[in-house]
Amino acid sequence: MFNKVVVANRGAIAARIIRALRTLGVRSVAVYSSADAGLRYLADADERYFIGAPEPKASYLNQDALLDVLARCGADAIHPGYGFLSEHAGFAERVNATGARFIGPSPRWIEAMGHKTRARDLMKRHGLVLAPSSGLLGTDTDATLRAAESLGYPVLVKPAAGGGGIGMISARNPAELVKALEKARSLSERSFGVADIYLENLMAKPRHIEFQILADRYGNVRHLFERDCSIQRRFQKVIEESPAPLLSRAVLDATADNIVEVLRKLPYDVIGTVETLHEAGEDFRFLEMNTRLQVEHAVTEEITGIDLVIAQIRLAAGDKLDEVLPAIIPNRGHAIEVRIYAEDPVRFYPSPGVLTSFRPGTGPGIRLESGYAENDEITPYYDPLVAKMIAHGENRDDAIERLASALDATVIEGIKHNISFLQRMLASADFRSGHVHTGLASLLTKETR
Amino acid sequence: MKRKEIKSEVSGKVWKIEAAVGDAIEEDATILIMESMKMEIPISSTEAGRMLEILVKEDESVTEGQVIAVIDMDDV
Repeated sequence: MFNKVVVANRGAIAARIIRALRTLGVRSVAVYSSADAGLRYLADADERYFIGAPEPKASYLNQDALLDVLARCGADAIHPGYGFLSEHAGFAERVNATGARFIGPSPRWIEAMGHKTRARDLMKRHGLVLAPSSGLLGTDTDATLRAAESLGYPVLVKPAAGGGGIGMISARNPAELVKALEKARSLSERSFGVADIYLENLMAKPRHIEFQILADRYGNVRHLFERDCSIQRRFQKVIEESPAPLLSRAVLDATADNIVEVLRKLPYDVIGTVETLHEAGEDFRFLEMNTRLQVEHAVTEEITGIDLVIAQIRLAAGDKLDEVLPAIIPNRGHAIEVRIYAEDPVRFYPSPGVLTSFRPGTGPGIRLESGYAENDEITPYYDPLVAKMIAHGENRDDAIERLASALDATVIEGIKHNISFLQRMLASADFRSGHVHTGLASLLTKETR
Repeated sequence: MKRKEIKSEVSGKVWKIEAAVGDAIEEDATILIMESMKMEIPISSTEAGRMLEILVKEDESVTEGQVIAVIDMDDV
């Protein structure tokens, strides 16, 4: 096991990793930008280091500053959390080259999964069933139009190097596609540094279903069931749950087993999530693999009773999978997470400011993950997550009830927040019945505009 | 002349200014793009007209409700 770990992140996930390290008896080292110097979770770490100005480039994305902290404090590992440098193969390589360990998969798997079309090819070559896509598009517009024709409209233009829904544009016909191509290329170039794009056909009411993977460094791979993350705004998740409602356990397990088999052949290591889209009557469609801990990991922790952060750290340190996981992974009850964001609840525009009141509701089965406390400032430099609230119940209805009453009791003032949106979603007939899909959030907000 | 003030709907930093003084502006045309909390948010004109003034610079911090530009609605 490691002696000391640098937590190269901020906010809720930094607080979460510091807590896991304490449970493991490993010393924790927090880092902070000048914008975050006052955040109270920093005091929970054993050591704290200032790494730079508020802009992520100067601090949480500043590889040299982080490696400098690693050397100065004598830690033997870095936990990257999610976002920032968590899926940066080059950074992982630099960390590993110092003799310390990057707490994540081997850099080659981060690299392989970072490029969407290459990841698709890799997974397909090893036997994963995939839905059709155009493959990487060249600059020949006629060829692209022919590819779209054979996939069938509407199509979705996606950046190959992308993530987080950035640069994804739908097109219903050739004219829209020509416009979308240009826009997607420029967005992709600006956001990811490469203009590579590809096409998929757009599903009408897809569900986002992802599979949690843990693996050791000796070729053993297992899954910890699925999460349904269909409630999204701007292609970003807002509500996540497990198990996925209204799908047969047999079908879900068969899909998860197929994924595990493919990953065993690589062999993939440490932690990851395979994201798929699913529409009734069709195969699960591989979207991408995230080579890190997910924001919504707590949902899986609640139903399995397994601490994913501790498991990730132990697996990176060299523990074997059967030492980290029980022989049979429990799947108990139902868990739902909502992301409380500092944003307008209708248009989802960000709303930075001071949390003049922050009193999250609580109750049986309720868990809260946040990097903020009352009177903290939510600055415009980072993502708008204020807190994640997770409810665990005996069944889905029970979890929804518990979550709804904790949200009702939550008081947040000083910023705009999305709680009214979350409440409406939890109360809506479609959500209650389990008929979720990725377009549901925008349908619900259209009704209220 | 009928002046119309265009306000920013979000707090954040001006990422890119897409219009210039003197430009003919259509309704819903993007005047500038704000950057806040990892998002790029276009601020669009609520009216058609001619751009009279742009009151912010790129990289400048702007608060929600701040006037960022003024349009002459009579000059369409």
